[in-house]
Amino acid sequence: MSTTVVNTGTEGKTWGGGNKPLNASYGKMMMWFFIVSDALTFSGFLAAYGFSRFKFIDSWPIADEVFTHFPFLHGVNAPMYYVAFMTFVLIMSSVTMVLAVDAGHHLNKAKVTLYMFLTIIGGLIFVGSQAWEWGTFIKGDYGAVQTKGGNILQFVDTEGHRVALRDFVVADSHNERTQHERKGGLWFVSEGTLPTYTVEEVVHGLESHDNVLVRTQIINEAGEKMVLSRAESLRQIKENGKVVVEGANLHVNEYGSPLFADFFFFITGFHGFHVFSGVVINIIIFFNVILGTYERRKNYEMVEKVGLYWHFVDLVWVFVFTFFYLV
Amino acid sequence: MAHEHKLAIFRGLVKFKSNTQKIWGVLIFLTIVTAIEVILGILKPEALMGQVLGMKALNWIFIILTIVKAYYITWDFMHMRDELKSLRRMVVWTTIFLILYLIFILLQEGGYVFNVYKDGFIKRDF
Repeated sequence: MSTTVVNTGTEGKTWGGGNKPLNASYGKMMMWFFIVSDALTFSGFLAAYGFSRFKFIDSWPIADEVFTHFPFLHGVNAPMYYVAFMTFVLIMSSVTMVLAVDAGHHLNKAKVTLYMFLTIIGGLIFVGSQAWEWGTFIKGDYGAVQTKGGNILQFVDTEGHRVALRDFVVADSHNERTQHERKGGLWFVSEGTLPTYTVEEVVHGLESHDNVLVRTQIINEAGEKMVLSRAESLRQIKENGKVVVEGANLHVNEYGSPLFADFFFFITGFHGFHVFSGVVINIIIFFNVILGTYERRKNYEMVEKVGLYWHFVDLVWVFVFTFFYLV
Repeated sequence: MAHEHKLAIFRGLVKFKSNTQKIWGVLIFLTIVTAIEVILGILKPEALMGQVLGMKALNWIFIILTIVKAYYITWDFMHMRDELKSLRRMVVWTTIFLILYLIFILLQEGGYVFNVYKDGFIKRDF
């Protein structure tokens, strides 16, 4: 066995092993490469969003009119303020994360613990806000009518302010249909929640309110949605109205193209899932810090690695914020 | 373990004394950029509504400001500024090239499909 080769004679050379050509540890480098691939996944989603938007460039929902709510402020038109707040929370938690990394370089366990804790809190606030944002979006506000061709007709008054269905439509209590549940008939058939109103009731409501007009999805030269004349409004609803839509889900969307809701759920959902997993990983590292694992290792590089992931999540949000809410 | 950080941002225009100070400085910068974005998004100044290269000027401003923010998050929070040039290029150039390619292909195609709906025989109307 004395002839067994134990070394290759390339020690000390660049590819001889044992050195770090990129001056980064294996773990950190792999985190970077994971981030590259994840960034490409997100760009795929955002580019697909761009594709669908360019496809319906003249009828895409205007984000300012979709996300207008702020918690505890009912009926206040507050476009984007809440998302801006969410963005700030995430940037802030990125800052506490990088402060934790910095404290780790100084082997300051108490400070790492504190900053990791603050980062986790920031992440939780963000995920909670995201859930609230989803809830508001799903619940909807004004309601709309979907046409046979799948377009959305919304309602405005003569000054162009949005009018909710509940403000001019009266539900006829005599012909109310109950939601079919499995226990009430065929056990293998069920249906979703029924809209509060039927299309006929909307037609009656529209006929008896002279000041209500229909607004289409089409965006005009001034960047506003086109409003139909009174006669045209009645005609469109009567001839083409098919379903009353309240809120948004994967099939219908009272704000406009169903694709908008699909991409909203998919992209913010995927990002929210990243934030959630980031929080879980942060919690694991947080406990490791408390237990003194890295103190004994004399090296807080694990904090740095999760830090990279956490900043990446923030980075993605910056783009989601721009392409969903601003542009 | 040596952890030197490059403490200057804006090409050396602003220099910080410590890494912690730089972090807060970058936070202030990012907050200002976000605030500008939100204010522009709410005001939507008429002057910026003109078309530039197929998009509203305002949208270009948003995209540029976003890239600026992304740069400072990557360079200062993720410490890309302190990595070796080779690692930096491997990560950044690969990503940027592939993303630009993807965006070009998909937006081009989206615009084409829009024109087919608009001018072609396939219609999606009421």
